[in-house]
Amino acid sequence: MINQEKLKDVVIKFAGDSGDGMQLTGAQFTNSTALLGIDLATFPDFPAEIRAPQGTIPGVSGYQLHFSSDAVYTPGDQIDVLVAMNAAALKVNLKGLKKGGIIFANSDGFDTKNLRLSNYAENPLENDSLTNYILYKIDVTTHTREALKDFTDLGIKERDRAKNMFVLGLIYWMYNRTLDNTIAFLQSKFSKKEQILQSNITVLKAGYNFGETTELFTSRYTIDKAIMPKGLYRNIMGNQALALGLVAAAQKSKTKLFLGSYPITPASDILHELSKYENFNINTFQAEDEIAAICSAIGASYGGSIGVTTSSGPGIALKSEAIGLAVMLEIPLVIVDIQRGGPSTGLPTKTEQSDLLQVYYGRNGECPLPVLSCATPADCFEMAFEAIRISTQHMVPVILLSDGYIANGAEPWKFPIASELPDIKIQHKNKLDEGEESFLPYKRNENLVRSWCVPGTPGFEHRIGGLEKQDNTGNVSYDSENHQKMVLLRQAKVDKIEDFIPLQTIDTGTDSGKVLVIGWGSTYGSIKSSVLELLQQNYSISFTHLKYLRPFPKNLGDILKKFDTIIIPEINNGQLIRIIRDKYLVNAIGYHKIMGTPIYKDELVGFFKKYLV
Amino acid sequence: MTETLIQPKPLTAKDFSSDQEIRWCQGCGDYSILAQVQKVMPTLGIPKENIVIVSGIGCSSRFPYYMNVYGMHSIHGRASAIASGLKASRPELSVWVVSGDGDSLSIGGNHTIHLLRRNFDINLLLFNNQIYGLTKGQYSPTSEFNKVTKSTPYGSLDHPFNPAALALGAEASFVCRTMDRDPKHLQQTIFRAAKHKGTSFVEIYQNCNIFNDGAFEIYTEKSSKADECLFLEQGKPLIYGAQNNKGIRLNGLKPEVVNLDSHVSAEDLWIHDEMDFYKAQILTRFFDQPNSEHSNLPRPFGVFYEHQRPTYEELLVQQVNQVISKKGTGDLDKLLRGSEVWSIE
Repeated sequence: MINQEKLKDVVIKFAGDSGDGMQLTGAQFTNSTALLGIDLATFPDFPAEIRAPQGTIPGVSGYQLHFSSDAVYTPGDQIDVLVAMNAAALKVNLKGLKKGGIIFANSDGFDTKNLRLSNYAENPLENDSLTNYILYKIDVTTHTREALKDFTDLGIKERDRAKNMFVLGLIYWMYNRTLDNTIAFLQSKFSKKEQILQSNITVLKAGYNFGETTELFTSRYTIDKAIMPKGLYRNIMGNQALALGLVAAAQKSKTKLFLGSYPITPASDILHELSKYENFNINTFQAEDEIAAICSAIGASYGGSIGVTTSSGPGIALKSEAIGLAVMLEIPLVIVDIQRGGPSTGLPTKTEQSDLLQVYYGRNGECPLPVLSCATPADCFEMAFEAIRISTQHMVPVILLSDGYIANGAEPWKFPIASELPDIKIQHKNKLDEGEESFLPYKRNENLVRSWCVPGTPGFEHRIGGLEKQDNTGNVSYDSENHQKMVLLRQAKVDKIEDFIPLQTIDTGTDSGKVLVIGWGSTYGSIKSSVLELLQQNYSISFTHLKYLRPFPKNLGDILKKFDTIIIPEINNGQLIRIIRDKYLVNAIGYHKIMGTPIYKDELVGFFKKYLV
Repeated sequence: MTETLIQPKPLTAKDFSSDQEIRWCQGCGDYSILAQVQKVMPTLGIPKENIVIVSGIGCSSRFPYYMNVYGMHSIHGRASAIASGLKASRPELSVWVVSGDGDSLSIGGNHTIHLLRRNFDINLLLFNNQIYGLTKGQYSPTSEFNKVTKSTPYGSLDHPFNPAALALGAEASFVCRTMDRDPKHLQQTIFRAAKHKGTSFVEIYQNCNIFNDGAFEIYTEKSSKADECLFLEQGKPLIYGAQNNKGIRLNGLKPEVVNLDSHVSAEDLWIHDEMDFYKAQILTRFFDQPNSEHSNLPRPFGVFYEHQRPTYEELLVQQVNQVISKKGTGDLDKLLRGSEVWSIE
C-alpha cells in the first residue's frame, strides 16, 4: 500500500554525467512544478567542458530545484533528494545531501569502470557507507534497454541516451505529476525524428510505470500551491528575463535595438534569445571579437538605435577602452556583464560577484557611468528595462550586472502586460529649440544631458570623438580649464541620476536596529532567507538589497545611520564594502565567500548571529 | 527653422569643408586626399546629411573633423567595427572609414578583415604611409624590411604586409590602389570606390614628409613614375613605360615583363579584367620592392578587382522581412507570456 504524503518543501538535485541530459531533466521537472503553482528556484551547475571524459568527477553536471508551498528565495542549501546517474555524481553531491535524505542511484552507473573513474575503492551502494540515507538502487540503464527492446532501428547508444526519461518518469510518479507537459515538449523537440520521439515517450512512461508496479517505494508525495500574489505566472531564467527586458524597453521606446555581442559563458544565451526576435525591430550582430561587439553597438547608438553589448568579466576587460569612448561621446549604450569566477579565464561556469570594482573603476581617465545590478532571475527583466531607460534618458552608457547564478537560475515570474509598462520617450534632435541660434552638440539640459542628434538629420552635421570636448560646441579642446570642467560635468551628470531612481527601501525587517545586512546581486535569496529566520528568532536584524550601485539611491546614507552594525556579504574578496566604506565612512563588516558557489542561508545565519548577541 | 539650413543649390567641394583649422603638417599627403574626397562627394548625388565618416586613431583619423558631414573620431583600430554597427542599423547612410596602415592593419587588423568578408557597403580609405606618424616615427606593418626607425635602430625584422593581397584574401569585393601625388587618379579611384556596392578597399599611398619622406617617390616622381607604375584600365592591355613600350604577358600563371616590338604586340599582352579573381590575385602579387635586386614587375594602380555580391545589410534587411512575413510583427504581450503560464487566483 502506497502512502500519500503531503510535503511543504523539497530540494531535489538531478546529477549525472554531462552527457546524461540532467539539465533537460531538471528543466522539465521545473516546468511541471511551476505549472502547478508551486513556488520554486533552480540552480543548474555544470562543468566548463562540454563533454569532460565520461564517468569522471569533472564531467558531473547537476540541476538543483527547490520547490515549496511557502515562498522560495533560494535553490536551497541542502539537498533532500539526490538523483545520481553514476558514481561520480554521487561522489560530487553526497556532501550536499541532508542526513536522512533520499538517493535514487542508477546502479548501472556504478560498474567497475565508473567506480575507478570516480575514485571509489569499493561500490558505495554495496557497502554500508550510505546507511544514513534512504537509498533506492535502480538499474536505470537496464530498464531503459528493456523498454526499448523493440526499437531495433536504434543503436545501443541512442537507446541509452533516453535513460534520463526513465528517471524523470519515475520522479513524476513519486511527486504525483502527469506526463503531459513533457510529452508535449518531446513532440515539439523531436517533431522530425519519429523514432527518437517514440523511444523517449516509451521510456518516460516506463519510468512512471516502474514507480507504479515496483514495491520499492512506500510513499508518494504532493505539495500544495504556494501563496503568491494573484495573477498569471510563467517560469523564467535570468538571461531570458534580461533579454525580454531589453526587448520590452526597446518596444516601449519605439526604437530599434541593436545587440553587438561575442559568445562568452555565461552570457551567450542573451545573444541566442535576442537573435530570435528580428520581428521586434531588433538586429543582432555576432561580432569578430569583444571589442568589435561593443564598437558595433556604439556605431548603432550613434545612428539612433539602442546599442547593447553582452558579455562576462574577461570580455568587459576587453571592452574598457570602448566604454570610455561611449562615456566621452555621451551616447546611450547598455553593457551587460554576466559575472563569472575570475581572474583571467577563471571559473567560466561558476558564479562570482567580482567585477563590481572593474565596472566601477576599471577604465582610463575619470570615467564614471551608472551601474545597475539584478537580484533574481525574474528581476533581470526590470533591471534591463531600467538600464535602457537610464541610458537613453541620460545619454550615458550603463552597465548592468548579473551573474552565472542568476543567469541560469529560474523562478516563477508574474509577467507584466505590455500596456502597463511605462513608455520611454526618445526624441532624436531634428530641430532647433525656441531661442536656439545654432546647433551645439554638447549643450546640456537641466539634467546635464546633451541631445541625441543622429546622422541623416539635415543641417545638423557635426563631428564627435574621443578627444576632449569643448563645452557646448563639442569641438576638440586641449584647454586645461575646459578639461576640468568637462570631467566634473560628466561626473555630475551621472550623480544627477540619483533623482531619477527609486529610493532605497528595507526589504526585510525594521528600518532601524542592531544589524543591517546590505546585499547586491545574486545573494538576495540567501540573505533574505537568513534574515527571515533570524527575525523569527526575534533578533534585531534588517536587510536592504541594492540594485542601483552607481549612483546609490540618495537616502542610502540615512538608512545606514539607523543601525549599529552594517554587514555586507559578497561572493568576492570585498568589493561593494570598499565603495560603501569610502562613500559613507561606515565601518562595515564583510562576509566573503569565493568558492564559485552561492552563499548559503545557514552560513549567513551563523555569521550574522555573531553580531546579534 | 531646419528648412533654412538645407542647401537648395547643388553642392560643391566647399560645402563639404568644415570650419575647423586643419592640423596636419605642411606638405602632408593627407591634404591632397582631403581635397579629392571633398571634390568627389558632391558628385555622388548623396545628401550630405546622409554621409558619415568614421575614423580611428592616427594622423589620417583627424579626417572627419575637416569634413562638413557627420563624423566620428573613435578609438585606435575600431573604426570599421563602429561603422559596421552603424551601417547594419542604418543601411540608407553612406558610410566611410578613414584609416591608416597602423590603424587598419596593425591594431585594427582583425576588424579590417571581418569588414571585408561581411561586405558592408562601406568605403575604407586606407592611407598607407608605411610609418607611425602620430607617435613620431616607429615602423608600421607596411614598412619595408630592415627599416631603421626610432623603435628599430638596428633595422626592423618584420616582413611587411601586402595590403591589396590581404584584402583579396579576406574576400574583399573591391580592391584598388592609388596615390596622393596623382590627384586625378586619386579622384577617379575614390569615385569608383564610392560607386561600388559592398566594401571598397582603397589603399592610398600617402607621403609622410616628416617621418618617412619619399617612401613612394619612385612611383610619384616624374623621372621614374612611368617605368615603375602600371595603371590598370578595364579591358585594356597592361602597358606601361615612359615610351609605352613595356607590357605584361602571362606565361602560364607567371607574369613577365616584355618589350613591345616587332615580335610582341598589344594583343599578346594580359588584358585587364577587374572581374577576374584569379588575375586579380596575381596582380596583387606585383609587389617587388623597388630598387631591390629582384625588382622586375611594376607596381599596379587602379582597380584590381570588383565583384558584386550581396552586402551584409541587404541580407539583414531581407532576413528581417522574411521573419516578419512568417511570424508577423512582434507581439510583446505574446512574448512576455511565453508558452506555458499558470494562474494564481
